[in-house]
Amino acid sequence: MSGAEFVPLSLVPLLTGIFVAVACALPGNFLVLRRQALIGDAISHVVLPGIVVAFLVTGAVTTWPMLLGAAGAALVAVIGIEGVRRLGQIESGAAMGVIFTAMFAGGVLLLEQSDTSNVHLDVEHALYGNLESLIWLDAVGWSSLWDAQALATLPVELPRMAITLVFVVLFTVVFWRPLKISTFDEGFAQTIGMRTNLLGLALVIVAAIAAVAAFDAVGSIIVIAMFICPPAAARLMTNRLERQVAWSVVFAVVAAVLGYVFAGYGPLWLGFADSVSAAGMIATVSGVILGLAAVFGPHRLRGSAAPVG
Amino acid sequence: MAAEAERAGSPLAIRGMTVSYGQKPAVFSVDMTVEAGKMTAIIGPNGAGKSTLLKAALGILKPLAGTTTVFGKAVVAQRHRIAYVPQRASVDWDFPTRVIDVVLMGLYPQLGLLGRVRPAHRAKAEDCLARVGMQDFATRQIGQLSGGQQQRVFLARALAQDADLYLLDEPFAGVDAATEKAIIGVLKSLRDAGKTVVAVHHDLSTVAEYFDNVFLINTRRVAEGSVAAAFNDRTLQDAYGGRLAGAQMEALRAVEAPQTEAPQLQ
Repeated sequence: MSGAEFVPLSLVPLLTGIFVAVACALPGNFLVLRRQALIGDAISHVVLPGIVVAFLVTGAVTTWPMLLGAAGAALVAVIGIEGVRRLGQIESGAAMGVIFTAMFAGGVLLLEQSDTSNVHLDVEHALYGNLESLIWLDAVGWSSLWDAQALATLPVELPRMAITLVFVVLFTVVFWRPLKISTFDEGFAQTIGMRTNLLGLALVIVAAIAAVAAFDAVGSIIVIAMFICPPAAARLMTNRLERQVAWSVVFAVVAAVLGYVFAGYGPLWLGFADSVSAAGMIATVSGVILGLAAVFGPHRLRGSAAPVG
Repeated sequence: MAAEAERAGSPLAIRGMTVSYGQKPAVFSVDMTVEAGKMTAIIGPNGAGKSTLLKAALGILKPLAGTTTVFGKAVVAQRHRIAYVPQRASVDWDFPTRVIDVVLMGLYPQLGLLGRVRPAHRAKAEDCLARVGMQDFATRQIGQLSGGQQQRVFLARALAQDADLYLLDEPFAGVDAATEKAIIGVLKSLRDAGKTVVAVHHDLSTVAEYFDNVFLINTRRVAEGSVAAAFNDRTLQDAYGGRLAGAQMEALRAVEAPQTEAPQLQ
């Protein structure tokens, strides 16, 4: 494919997909190890009422109010989940189930009751996103990457996702040791002075930021998949957290690239006429990677069944 | 004033500690004053609040009431002088990390967020592993260790902290005899170096052999003092509420015999 075709049509969705995948996979590593992986699922569901409320307040589908609404809803959900978990003294999975189903249902009701039929705001959009629609109209080829005028029309999702990714990477690097120690041994972490509750909350908020920034471009399916599949597959490849995180980034990138290519060309190769949803295909590829890792991964056995070394 | 001085000098002084899970108090109004440079066993039946007392003292659990001082100051100001070894079962041993990495966690207060692990740090961690006899396992994944080996790794991490007060929650639970010997050897060497050791302990038959002092608890404080003074039939029956079987008491008496007879020989 030539640059003239690739840059305007595929470069932005591909990069956005990669950024989303990595931004979600990084915090996903810790969420999976903390047995909180479903929180990604919860977040991507609960943002719906936040977006609807933002729409009702501003009366338009614009980026920043919707992001703020989504972030607000995610925060309410996180606090609600922690509250239910502590007050009810139940496990966090159950608390998440209660909060995110209720908030998602509330969002659907709001959406139905409000006059949103004339704008592009629907449940389907929130779930699947629309990666393919991120077309860079003004690009004519690779040279456009150095053309300020063309760059100005870059779909806003790409720089937004890039900033989010930088933020997630910084958080992971700076708080690497506290995250690792408190995930492994919370009691010990507290005795050496770590604010483990605050850290746990920060992790969830960072995950929420990644999810909220991602969902508009790619929908929540891909977010849920990227929080869980690359980290879980990476865990089966190695017994060291540093390498697990590196593997998860590799898997996330591979899933994003292969998923995008398969979605665009896979059906054509098979003789079908239309391409399929890139978000759906990326999530599917990440699931296949997890399946392969579960069968062939060198460290898929635990405890006494594991090979020594 | 004497009580104040005693509290200021104690490595671990707990006053009025009350902790509750739901309605029932797990620990009720407990005072404890640990003697410096000694090994103290916290003893009591299951559910007596032994681990809870330690966790509340360290601030891991939020008590309803009570204060803790470490060498006369608040715990938060003395964190660098405390090494805590949690129950082995409290963590997920499938966590993707190696033995040496766990020991290096003990150096976090020195390393901070981004400090580089230098050869000196690594050498220190390896030295701590050697002290518990685990130097050959440095690069093993922690899930591949036996229970006793895991416990020794936890102890090595505590050694890396270079603390003055060592608090251990059931360090001998579910470990093999060799590990028990290795651990008690390390703990005694810590005491001989002037450190203070407090351990939640289950095996009554080894109390007199391993420890200098005992603290008996059954939700409330039952007895506190040297093994000779506070570890006897009466205090044990008080703590265990008559639940100790005859044979168990027999075995204890055999252990205690030399100590109880000692005064008569003089």
